[in-house]
Amino acid sequence: MIAEFGLAALWLAAALAALQLLCGALVLRKDEPEVAAVISEIVRPVAVVQGVLAAVSFLALLVCFGRLDLSVKLVAMNSHTMPLIFQLAATWGNHEGSMLMWVTIMALAGTLIALIERRLPERTLIATLAGQAFVALGFYGFILYSSNPFERLDPPAAEGLGLNPALQDIGLAFHPPMLYLGYVGLSVAFSFAIGALLTRQVTPDFARAMRPWVLGAWICLTLGITAGSYWAYYELGWGGWWFWDPTENASLMPWLAATALLHSVSVLAARDALRTWTIMLGVIAFSMSMVGTFLVRSGILTSVHAFAVDPKRGAFILVLLAIYIGGALTLFAVRAGTVAEGERFAITSREGALVVNNVALSALLGIVLVGTLYPLVTEAYGVKVSVGPPYFTPVSAMFFLPMLVVLAVGPLLRWRRDSLERIQGPLVLFFVVAVAALAGIWFNTSIGFLPLIGMALAAMLAVASFMPARGRSLRRLPLAVWGMMIAHFGVAVGLFGMAADSAFTVEKLVAVREGETVEVGPWRATLKTVEPVAGPNWTALEAGLAVSYDGGPGKLLSPQQREFWAPVQKTSESALLTRWNGQLYTVLGDEADDGRWQLRLWWKPFVTWIWYGGILIGLGGLLSLLGRVGTDLKRRHAQVRIARRKRTAE
Amino acid sequence: MSQRLAPKHQRLMLLGIALVVLVAAALIAAWGLRNQASYFFLPADLVAKPPAPGQAIRLGGMVQKGSVKTDADGLTIHFLVGDGKARVPVTYSGIVPDLFTEGSGVVAEGKLAPGGTFVADSLLAKHDENYVPREMKDMTEAQKRAAVAETTK
Repeated sequence: MIAEFGLAALWLAAALAALQLLCGALVLRKDEPEVAAVISEIVRPVAVVQGVLAAVSFLALLVCFGRLDLSVKLVAMNSHTMPLIFQLAATWGNHEGSMLMWVTIMALAGTLIALIERRLPERTLIATLAGQAFVALGFYGFILYSSNPFERLDPPAAEGLGLNPALQDIGLAFHPPMLYLGYVGLSVAFSFAIGALLTRQVTPDFARAMRPWVLGAWICLTLGITAGSYWAYYELGWGGWWFWDPTENASLMPWLAATALLHSVSVLAARDALRTWTIMLGVIAFSMSMVGTFLVRSGILTSVHAFAVDPKRGAFILVLLAIYIGGALTLFAVRAGTVAEGERFAITSREGALVVNNVALSALLGIVLVGTLYPLVTEAYGVKVSVGPPYFTPVSAMFFLPMLVVLAVGPLLRWRRDSLERIQGPLVLFFVVAVAALAGIWFNTSIGFLPLIGMALAAMLAVASFMPARGRSLRRLPLAVWGMMIAHFGVAVGLFGMAADSAFTVEKLVAVREGETVEVGPWRATLKTVEPVAGPNWTALEAGLAVSYDGGPGKLLSPQQREFWAPVQKTSESALLTRWNGQLYTVLGDEADDGRWQLRLWWKPFVTWIWYGGILIGLGGLLSLLGRVGTDLKRRHAQVRIARRKRTAE
Repeated sequence: MSQRLAPKHQRLMLLGIALVVLVAAALIAAWGLRNQASYFFLPADLVAKPPAPGQAIRLGGMVQKGSVKTDADGLTIHFLVGDGKARVPVTYSGIVPDLFTEGSGVVAEGKLAPGGTFVADSLLAKHDENYVPREMKDMTEAQKRAAVAETTK
């Protein structure tokens, strides 16, 4: 019954989305003001109910998975008796469930807009909600037409087929929902942009209304990508944290666009400049998350994260893609000319620096997009190519590293018009720090060119990121400025981690007997035992590995080789030991002949700083968001008070 | 410096900067991709047109049945990768991926050594039983069988 109930809720939600779109369109036509006024009253409630119904539908699917209802085809295909957390996480570990999650988050975002958004002019708000319904409707159609998650299986299966063991991990319970919140948050920015284009109201107020949504989506994307990178790092057992896999790129591209959007929306909010550019980024950011969805869900490429999907679905997503992106770009082309350009500014100004940042981010986005799509294009001509790290890493570094210089200098510049002479002091300081770091590393180590430049720039950026606070009272600094400083510092921390990992990692691969000792970097590791152990739905061989850092106290690590029963599959579970200055990464391999065991050990100095950096960036975004929301609330309070005082005075 | 510029001029200038950077990005991307065209090899390509020794490439094919041999150190393995037309000897030191088996697909990343042996730094095997490296998915079943059978006579 629960499955039918969920399906019914989904149909109703889809119907309400259609109603929401219809009402929005009627209001925007505005030929009969009285009718429009009546209809516009319904748009908000409809959006609220639509979100609730979608959530009910998703909850129903969660319940089916939680109770392991094997008469539901999706559950039987993707689950099995497992710990409850994985049974629940299996809900979005497959195509149908993840699409339902996507549309649910989207509908709930609409609910939230309808409930709390007070800044936007009424017409723009209605246009935004109509845009939101338009996008959601496509996805409802997609799910109901080709990916019904509630399909029954008759007779019910005796046992489920199981969840891919690589996905039976706590990281998976967290990182896809985070990414989805980000992708879908960008759909709100998209709808805002469409709404503003339709009503021709691209104003600073519009930007201030849009900014929290962009910030929220961007925070979720940042944290989702960070978590996903760490998951791949420890779960796949190969010690790498970024692979330029198409599915990773699919999450990076919207992030790059969202980062550019975040900065340009700030310019629009503060200075009423970059109007059309901001709108275009709003369209592009969401387009990128759609392109990502298409790449991952269409079956056009295969990777760990991509579910095998039939071509019908790929075609459907491609059509949706064409309608939304094509439609939005057409609207943009028609309307962009009527959005009058805003305030002027000089190149050496805060706006100027942000424009440079935007252009560099767009260039990066283009480079990643081209590299990701290129193999698909050449394949259409019968040429097989594979684009990997030798392309992405140096080519993107060419744009990323210079951008960091602007990132250091930009926040010190004043709005509108400034000169580099005014900030001579800090500039000299940055230069000295960068050169000193460069020289220090150059003379003490022999590392590659890119890591060297990366570390020097990281040192400079670490100093530069807190410069905006100089000469100001720390306690009276707005939260948004703290947020910016911490996020920029996070970039420095993450960059340092990346450079250090690629420069200083030491690897040891050995075959040892029990009792033998291996040295890797400052570590000594002794293989004590290899013993069988059993978990809830797997058995494993587990090594007892006594490790000590630089003669310090010993600790025990237990890397495993697991065998899962459903589906039958082997995985390596790495074991990690984290210190402030790096991580020891151990993997147990196969049994070599005569009682020796393969062991792979990595000492990765400062590797964890990559993810600390990601967390700091997300935290900076969060502080910024809190600060903005806080000032908004205060302003609204003040306005209410003033209005009341006026009334009493009269 | 440009406060006195007319808005139109300023927009043109910004547009100019953006265009220059984006064109540069496109050129750099094209340059980078030109090198990528010789990044993925099937065994037949590798034999017909070998890349410069030391150039990082990917080699994809089927692990030939009966060809996997382990050295006495317990760590280094040797095997043949074939595509039904040619076979290339591959050397790899390390823990093989969980789904690396004879007769299935593999993509090896590494370099061609002077002797014609491919030295792999890493092996990308399928992540699950349905996975075939995408560069190889056009090989028909018959070709795959031929590729595997070739060395099992």
